[in-house]
Amino acid sequence: MTNADIQTVLPEVLLAAYAMLALMFGVYTTKDKVAPLLVWVTSAVLAVLGLWILTGGGGDVAAFGGMIVNDAFARFAKVVILFSAAAVLLMSEGYMAKRGLLRFEYPLLVALAVVGMMVMVSAGDLMALYMGLELQSLALYVVAALRRDSVKSTEAGLKYFVLGALSSGLLLYGASLVYGFAGTTLFTGIIAAVGEGQAPLGLLFGLVFVIAGMAFKVSAAPFHMWTPDVYEGSPTPVTAFFATAPKMAAMGLFARVVHDAFGGVVGDWQQIVAFLAVASMFLGGIAAIGQRNIKRLMAYSSISHMGFALMGLAAGTAFGVQAMLVYMAIYVTMNIGVFAFILAMERDGAPVVRIDELGGYSKREPLRALAMLVLLFSLAGVPPLVGFFGKFYVLRAAMDAGMTWLAIAAVIAAVINAFYYLRIVFLMYFGEDAEAMDSGISPVLWGFLMASAAIMVVGIINLFGVEAIAATAAAALVN
Amino acid sequence: MATIILFAPLLGALIGGLGWRVIGEPAAQWITTGLLFLAAILSWVIFLTLGPETEHIQILRWIESGSLSTDWAIRLDRLTSIMLVVITTVSALVHLYSFGYMGHDENFGEGEGSEYKARFFAYLSFFTFAMLCLVTADNLVQMFFGWEGVGLASYLLIGFYYKKPSANAAAIKAFVVNRIGDFGFALGIFALYLLTDSIRFDDIFAATPELAQTSIRFLWTDWNAAELTAFLLFIGAMGKSAQFFLHTWLPDAMEGPTPVSALIHAATMVTAGVFLVCRFSPLMEFAPYTQTFIVIIGATTAFFAATVGLVQNDIKRVIAYSTCSQLGYMFVAAGVGVYSVAMFHLLTHAFFKAMLFLGAGSVIHAMHHEQDMRNYGGLKDKIPLTFWAMLIGTLAITGVGIPLTHYGFAGFLSKDAIIESAFAGGTNAASFAFWALVIAAAMTSFYSWRLMFMTFWGEARGDMHAHGHAHESPRSMLAPLGVLAVGSVLAGMIWVGPFFGDHAEVEEFFGIPHAEGAEAHAGLGGPELMFGAALAATEAEGDDHGDKAAVDPENLPVQPGEGAIYMHPSNHTLDDAHHAPKWVKVSPFIAMLLGFGIALSMYMRGVPVLAKLGLGALGAVVLFVAKVPLALAILGGVVLAAIFLLTRFGMNETLAANQAPLYRFFLNKWYFDEIYDATFVRGAKWLGRFLWKKGDGMVIDGTINGVAMEIVPFFTRLAGRAQSGYMFHYAAAMVLGIVIFITWMTLWGGQ
Repeated sequence: MTNADIQTVLPEVLLAAYAMLALMFGVYTTKDKVAPLLVWVTSAVLAVLGLWILTGGGGDVAAFGGMIVNDAFARFAKVVILFSAAAVLLMSEGYMAKRGLLRFEYPLLVALAVVGMMVMVSAGDLMALYMGLELQSLALYVVAALRRDSVKSTEAGLKYFVLGALSSGLLLYGASLVYGFAGTTLFTGIIAAVGEGQAPLGLLFGLVFVIAGMAFKVSAAPFHMWTPDVYEGSPTPVTAFFATAPKMAAMGLFARVVHDAFGGVVGDWQQIVAFLAVASMFLGGIAAIGQRNIKRLMAYSSISHMGFALMGLAAGTAFGVQAMLVYMAIYVTMNIGVFAFILAMERDGAPVVRIDELGGYSKREPLRALAMLVLLFSLAGVPPLVGFFGKFYVLRAAMDAGMTWLAIAAVIAAVINAFYYLRIVFLMYFGEDAEAMDSGISPVLWGFLMASAAIMVVGIINLFGVEAIAATAAAALVN
Repeated sequence: MATIILFAPLLGALIGGLGWRVIGEPAAQWITTGLLFLAAILSWVIFLTLGPETEHIQILRWIESGSLSTDWAIRLDRLTSIMLVVITTVSALVHLYSFGYMGHDENFGEGEGSEYKARFFAYLSFFTFAMLCLVTADNLVQMFFGWEGVGLASYLLIGFYYKKPSANAAAIKAFVVNRIGDFGFALGIFALYLLTDSIRFDDIFAATPELAQTSIRFLWTDWNAAELTAFLLFIGAMGKSAQFFLHTWLPDAMEGPTPVSALIHAATMVTAGVFLVCRFSPLMEFAPYTQTFIVIIGATTAFFAATVGLVQNDIKRVIAYSTCSQLGYMFVAAGVGVYSVAMFHLLTHAFFKAMLFLGAGSVIHAMHHEQDMRNYGGLKDKIPLTFWAMLIGTLAITGVGIPLTHYGFAGFLSKDAIIESAFAGGTNAASFAFWALVIAAAMTSFYSWRLMFMTFWGEARGDMHAHGHAHESPRSMLAPLGVLAVGSVLAGMIWVGPFFGDHAEVEEFFGIPHAEGAEAHAGLGGPELMFGAALAATEAEGDDHGDKAAVDPENLPVQPGEGAIYMHPSNHTLDDAHHAPKWVKVSPFIAMLLGFGIALSMYMRGVPVLAKLGLGALGAVVLFVAKVPLALAILGGVVLAAIFLLTRFGMNETLAANQAPLYRFFLNKWYFDEIYDATFVRGAKWLGRFLWKKGDGMVIDGTINGVAMEIVPFFTRLAGRAQSGYMFHYAAAMVLGIVIFITWMTLWGGQ
């Protein structure tokens, strides 16, 4: 029995074991000198695990008495998490090494965070949920403050930690309320206790607190406030990491909880999720307009994108979850490309973050500017790029669920959001010439930038089949 | 073969229009012209060898959408074949003519952008293709495609001299006025599709007896479905054929090069409306009120346009109003139910009107683009071949021939056939049409001869330099005139039988199943016998001109849609026309004589009194031969002679002075342009400006600008301030969010 349980969580176990072994290896060898090696190995391990899960398949298996669930939904989220984490790790190497930030702990912290994320999306119990969440968060607090000699980075890490603790408290409070009313922490037990349609108010209070805790993790308004500061303060590769894998994990967890534990009272949480969605879309868009720092801008951009993804969730249907998954996969892909671009923004070796510095960029780097243009258009949801289809899916989910007002609000928000993406395009192509940036770019960054942009164009053919996989995943979650 | 005819001009247009830079302008011209001549030859082959059956030549599966399923197919029957011949022949000749006419054009300067010939030929070929699409259509959408295609080609060609503002304005005017008609046409298509669930002609025609008994809600009340759809289609026809109220674009369309006027605005496109009404004869036959409307509009147009034509001084405008007027004749024929005669006049008119235009073009060419007839005069000897061509055209349009026989120029036979048909129409509207047409015939004769006298006789006026250099046109321009001259002389005499002969002949020509055939086969007994009896009964009932819709659709001897045109069993106008009194038959001749005599007296110096008396005598003789009582015939002759004697040379100017209001009324085209300008144009412009300035500028732009430049930035600043950097602010925001959600849940949750 235990053997079967271990089998189910084998990827997580292996990754955790790897992380600990590599830590030993690092400590007992030359410490930071092996960091580049560890980055590559960790990336490879993550990618291999991702491939394994992707090709492995398998059914709907519960382990440890239902605490861990390994179903198609979890596998979809894990694949996205693992691949994006591997990609971001690879992209960080050059940047970190150049600034003396490449410590051997960094890749291992990322690996541990990924373990936490994998547990999150597989959680079938409030305990497992919290375990995964905290493992992830603790690792992330540390990487946020990785640049110890920088006030901003330290501030970012501290802010993230304190507010994260607050959100954890909220989540735990909610979990205890739920436990108090349901008498169990297992999702299967909770959904049985909640029943269909009528839930006691106390249980719903618990739900609200749990949702608030998760909303903090996906940085949905009004629980988003940490995001811009942390994004700005953290080293850029860490920002890239924050913007990708953890978002997928938190969103997966969100979907997991509201459907697996509270699938019977869709009508109750739907309103709240819809509110979060609208608030995030508008706040992200409106606040991003005022940003000149591209990292802060991307922070607001990700807040806004989370709003769109939450709209799929707010539909409360299997199609809604499918739309959310497709949206997240596309979002993560786009963000990897954009951050590859941002990481390459340097002048005399120092990172450049102000968007005004992009003036006249297209004349000096036409290909990179074009790739960035494609990515920004895709982020804005300009047809026929892949980003458009992501938006289209979530809009359709909202429409199908009868939430026309939400869809209309989303379209308006999309217009507002388009503004700041287009402004970057404008600056690159028509802006006043700024001082030239360094023209060099590492092959890794170039590759991710171009691949990401190419996917945005080529993907319109069939989205690489993501749609069908997401449909299976959604079906596994929503019954 | 029909497919080749249809696509040869398209091929030409594509090669000439897109490929001329590769192959050069002359090659483009020759290819387009050559393909057109090929199409013309094949058209004549089809016309002369056409079988009685309607052929459907499928080209491709076209639309599959729900219950709407249709092919792109060529419908080849007599109507189509007539139009094929008219279109391709005139088009081929106009292509050829354009070699000379468009040879040099000062409207296009030297150097870059001065190449216009290939473009012109490509437009001509494209027009021909669109027109062929229209007439070969097997369903309404296909027809509409062609309909809009010719509209586009017309627009492009009217505005061909795009550097002239007046040409651009005329092109826009033609397009916009046609939009009104097309709107009606489109509504008609929608209505027919709604009612019959099909856009194929066969289905629609078969359903027409039913339509006559269906009613449909439109705008504020219920209408008879057949009446409404027929009416809407006729609105389309009115626009395209420049009928009363929607005619204003045609005279302005003369801004286009003259070959265009000949091809599009005389021979082919403007007759599309007539073709449409004839094509929909199965529907029109079940819509008596619409038929009446058509007759009234047609007669009014014929009369109105003729009055305006009397006083115009621009040679092309005279012919343009003449075209307008002749189209009115055709509609009268179609309206009284004698579609074959409408088509007959369409055919003959195409020949002589194209020739008049091309002749006018030749004159204009000779006179260095001078178009005012007051600056012509005495050109008879300078351009003799053109003069002869124009003379033949004039004889044809005025209807010269031997009364009461079938010998005469083309117009003599077809126009007289229309006037007789109008007389035989029997209704009040038809009577009005008869008189309007006879008077219009006199006016036609007057303005046509006025044009001739002012242009070719008398002393040279205006710019003597132009007169000095007046020269005969090149052979490429004269050859088409020659061909058309043959047609103008002979077309009427050759085809009067099939178009306006006895019932059987017409039916055979148009491939209508022989109704009386049933009786011939009656001897076979059985069902045929009974059918024959029922037929006889139907015919007997039909004699009293009863309500057409009352005839039981099951017992119609010929089902609507069989044959190229359809004539209801109660429609005897064609036969009645043959039995019209003889004074009716000679009336257009007398009218022609009157118009000719007056024009002769007014515009020729020193016409001998004897000649005037002779003309009067000729009138008396004709009247006498037409069995008018001797006394009346003599009286008529005396009146004619008296009129001629009383009119003198130069009297046109005194008349214009004495009758100034009337003269100005005619000269200003009944003030139609002014009225439309005051009502529609200015109203539309005001509305447009209002929506632009207030609606778009203030409301829409204002809102967008307000939101984008005031409201959103305000919130952006707000969001920026909220992002203070203080952790307690952030925590407070989170707690605030929790409070909102808890409140929400307490109030609305858990229900």
